Amino acid sequence: MSQENFDRFVKVASATLGVESDKVVREARFKEDLECDSLDMVTFVMDLEEEFGLSEIPTEEYEKLSTVGEAFDLIMAKL
Amino acid sequence: MIGAGHRVAITGYGVVAPCGIGKDAYWEGLLGPGLTGTKSTAIDDWDPLPYFDNPKEARRADQVEQYALAAAAEAFAQAGDVKVDPARFGTIFATGIGGLHTLEEQVQVRLEKGERRVSPFLVPMMMANASGAAISMRYGLQGPNETICTACAAGTHALGYAARLIAWGRCDAVATGGSECAATATSLAGFGNMTALSSSGASMPFDAKRDGFVMGEGAAVFVLERYDLAVARGARIIGEIIGAASNADAHHITAPAPGGTGAIACMRLALEDAGLSPSDIALVNAHGTSTPLNDAAEAQAVSAVFGDNKVAVTSGKGVTGHALGAAGALEAAQVLLSMEHKLIPATAGTTELDPDLTIDLVMGTARSWTPGPAISNNFGFGGHNGSVVIAPGDS
Repeated sequence: MSQENFDRFVKVASATLGVESDKVVREARFKEDLECDSLDMVTFVMDLEEEFGLSEIPTEEYEKLSTVGEAFDLIMAKL
Repeated sequence: MIGAGHRVAITGYGVVAPCGIGKDAYWEGLLGPGLTGTKSTAIDDWDPLPYFDNPKEARRADQVEQYALAAAAEAFAQAGDVKVDPARFGTIFATGIGGLHTLEEQVQVRLEKGERRVSPFLVPMMMANASGAAISMRYGLQGPNETICTACAAGTHALGYAARLIAWGRCDAVATGGSECAATATSLAGFGNMTALSSSGASMPFDAKRDGFVMGEGAAVFVLERYDLAVARGARIIGEIIGAASNADAHHITAPAPGGTGAIACMRLALEDAGLSPSDIALVNAHGTSTPLNDAAEAQAVSAVFGDNKVAVTSGKGVTGHALGAAGALEAAQVLLSMEHKLIPATAGTTELDPDLTIDLVMGTARSWTPGPAISNNFGFGGHNGSVVIAPGDS
């Protein structure tokens, strides 16, 4: 994975989800570790779309994401 | 109050207003100079972070909800440990409009960036019941949780209904009050174009030269409890809600009924509910918006109910401006502070009482008084009238 892209991902996660950057690691779980609810998740995905210049990611593609690593891999697959 | 016969104590309250955050600062502000040269007054340096666990939580709340939670924090801290079943602890809250800043921002986002960028938090932030919902969630209040949205009468209606739930026996305690934060560019344009706002930018209730209101904002929250339960737990009784009334003009969407007939009926109903006669009332905290029509109709109504120049009348809107759905709550807080300090603040901004009005307006300097039952009025666009009668508590 590109470290530069992961850094950008972490920056968005930290700002949108209100968590410290060092907590945004691949194994971190959105709900349990980052206290991210479903509305936070929608905002996060929207902000990632803007950061990486992506078109809208369908709900069914991100609603099952549980960890940071899964979310990052999804974004990278869209680039 | 009519109902199961329970008396209703006020055991805590909190205030957020442009003239002061917290009861003490608010009182100082009320004794200070009035608003001049402005169409609106706002809390410019507002910092929500002290009232939230983290910045994300604060961002998820419109400023109207942030004000409500800040005022609630002060109210609940003063009330202390309210020992009632959470299922019998209600939340009856007021706002005129709700999260208008959020709505206006998100309309702009949609126009500039498209539908996909509209925040999923738009709906929970703009909905009028968000403030009451937030208070109920924060304090675990599982009784009735309803929001009253009767424009500028909403705060007074909320206090009256909250007290009635206790008097009726449905609740043992209720968090109530109102919050408003709606001075957006668009709403100010709307109020301005309907000629409700002061063109001179001065709030001067009942003055001969009054020409409209100055837009205000803020919040006040009260903890009401069944009187006997509050006494039993050793709470300080700050005041007592002894009567309330609500009725409608059924006349015009913005103008009051000529002669203040709706207001007259409302005040008489509130006195009847309190079991008082007009001569028992020591203070009228007027709606007193500084608009030509409201102040004329209200002064006529006060004279009709209490007699010409028979009872002290004051309006806080010279200092606070008109905080719409929070006005009744901010003004009930004025009444409690006036009782505590044994002083009625002057109607700031007013220098020359309209010669057509026959009311004993407190103006120029604050007036000392022996606290007694006070009536607070508020009237809303739509012809909504509300009055609440508050008696002093422990001195």
